[in-house]
Amino acid sequence: MAEIKIMAKKSWFLPAILGIVVVAIPPFLGGYIQHLLILMMMWITMATAWNLLGGYTGCVSFGHCVFFGLGAYGGGLLLLHWGISPWWGMIAGPILAVIIGIPIGLICFRLRGPYFALALLALGEAFRIVFTNWVSVLGGACGVVSSRTWGVEKLPYYYIALAIAALSVYVVYRLMHSKYGYYFVSIREDQDAAEALGIPTTRYKMYALIPSAFFTGLAGAVWMNYIAYIDPEVVFNLSGISIMMILAVMVGGAGTLWGPILGGAIFVLLNEGIRAAVGPISYLIFMVIACLLIMFLPDGIIGDWAKIKRAFRRKKPAYVGGE
Amino acid sequence: MALFGQTFITGILMGGIYAIIAIGMTLIMGVMKIINLAHGALMMVGMYVCVVLFASLGWHPYIGMLVAMPCLFGIGWLLQKYSIERVFKVETILPESQVLLTLALGLGITEIIRLIFTSDYQVTYTPFSAKCFYAGGMSISAAYLVGFILAMVFVAALHIFLTRTDLGRSVIATAQDRDAATYMGVNAGRITNFTFALGTALAAAGGAMLLPIFYTFPDVWHPYLAKAFIITILGGMGSTVGALSGGLLLGVAESFGATYWSPGYRDVVGLIIFLLVLLFLPGGLKKVIGR
Repeated sequence: MAEIKIMAKKSWFLPAILGIVVVAIPPFLGGYIQHLLILMMMWITMATAWNLLGGYTGCVSFGHCVFFGLGAYGGGLLLLHWGISPWWGMIAGPILAVIIGIPIGLICFRLRGPYFALALLALGEAFRIVFTNWVSVLGGACGVVSSRTWGVEKLPYYYIALAIAALSVYVVYRLMHSKYGYYFVSIREDQDAAEALGIPTTRYKMYALIPSAFFTGLAGAVWMNYIAYIDPEVVFNLSGISIMMILAVMVGGAGTLWGPILGGAIFVLLNEGIRAAVGPISYLIFMVIACLLIMFLPDGIIGDWAKIKRAFRRKKPAYVGGE
Repeated sequence: MALFGQTFITGILMGGIYAIIAIGMTLIMGVMKIINLAHGALMMVGMYVCVVLFASLGWHPYIGMLVAMPCLFGIGWLLQKYSIERVFKVETILPESQVLLTLALGLGITEIIRLIFTSDYQVTYTPFSAKCFYAGGMSISAAYLVGFILAMVFVAALHIFLTRTDLGRSVIATAQDRDAATYMGVNAGRITNFTFALGTALAAAGGAMLLPIFYTFPDVWHPYLAKAFIITILGGMGSTVGALSGGLLLGVAESFGATYWSPGYRDVVGLIIFLLVLLFLPGGLKKVIGR
């Protein structure tokens, strides 16, 4: 009867099945699907990382492209100046993101709500401009070109991206099921109350920022190695990276574990799928979908799951006070 | 000295035009308490209205502005009423979803414009654009100067409107205390719609003033949006005088940054000011000026 018990523990069962599927199936898929899966894993990592700071801790960042770009440039700069393989960027990139992230946090965590969001947005733009203009040290607008280690073979990249995505989800899961998690949520719900209860809010926001910056940087390093080309306009792009990261989380559901995973997957499918189907109009369609989602499902698919189920059953919710 | 004076004057003139865009934003931010990231995109739509009028009828952007402003007023009203207002009533985990919505709207509008006009640069070249006045080794572009004067006229008119008329006072009352304004018989919802529309129309006016100086394309708005919110934070939310002084200050600072540091880092100057103000002068110039 042991199996039945395991099956009853659904929280354990579903991830296991999913894990087997994502490990075992991809070798049999075509190159394009593998490419999609790699992007998906990258976006899941980024969305999960953003969700830790934005969704759980409530510090909505409009500038996570800073960490993504630094993660990518960590390897890029090693290659540019010393000719070291960009794989070392997998270590250097996230560390660079964290090192830069700590002072950013110390400065910006003094701000709240929209001001925090705007400050990071401004920082993201500032980083983009500096990386575009400082040619001698950072390479300038030409960016950094490397070569792929495995040529057209995609599978190794997939497993690396998968491992990183799994690691990020696991770390966030563990964090959220520890003391830290409760602290993070309490900061999101009411920062003043949290402070009054003796939670050092700035320090705990830093504890959320560091893993968030680390994993975003790691995703950037994977991008550097997989795409083998970075330039400031791409990796520090406000609408392409920072905003998309937020939208991916919003689609799935902010402040949930499965939200960013679902959101990242849907985001890549939608983005690539629409682009393949209708061409340049895809971005507009995506934005329309985003607007509708924010308007009607503000907590995302996972967060508003009850609402969706209710809508499909066509049952009016019982309002107590009337609408 | 001529270089210094030139830098200063260019900064002031440019700052006036920034100010008119930023005043639209500061009004919206003051009343709605959210950051409206669609502002830049709506300014760009205003520019395109002028471009169309210029291309089809040969109207100078300064005349086209008179059409663009009512157009954008209407668009702003509709956007606020049917999209942004809805989100205000919804309870979410993240209160920033409204900000995100305005951004998604802005990006969506950009794509619509891109579909219609493509990404090509559009120019409204008039002989007027190249005219200059010379004084003491400095040259002052006529388009900058007229843009600046128009902007100041708008600011003055707006100031009178906000302080002397009932509607304007309702806007200020709603910005100061929404509930209290409602108790005093102000229809806060309507005033919010009106403010959003007015702010959008002002952005369109700013866009029209920029047209004889610059070209336009669908993504033209990113730096102007950044400048508008820098000025808004610098000047303090909802303060026209603050936005005006903030605009002039930013214009001068950027101009000096471009001349004495590097033109490439021109925009970084503004962003650095922005961060410094956020950290050391929360509340902005409004606190210093005292209104």
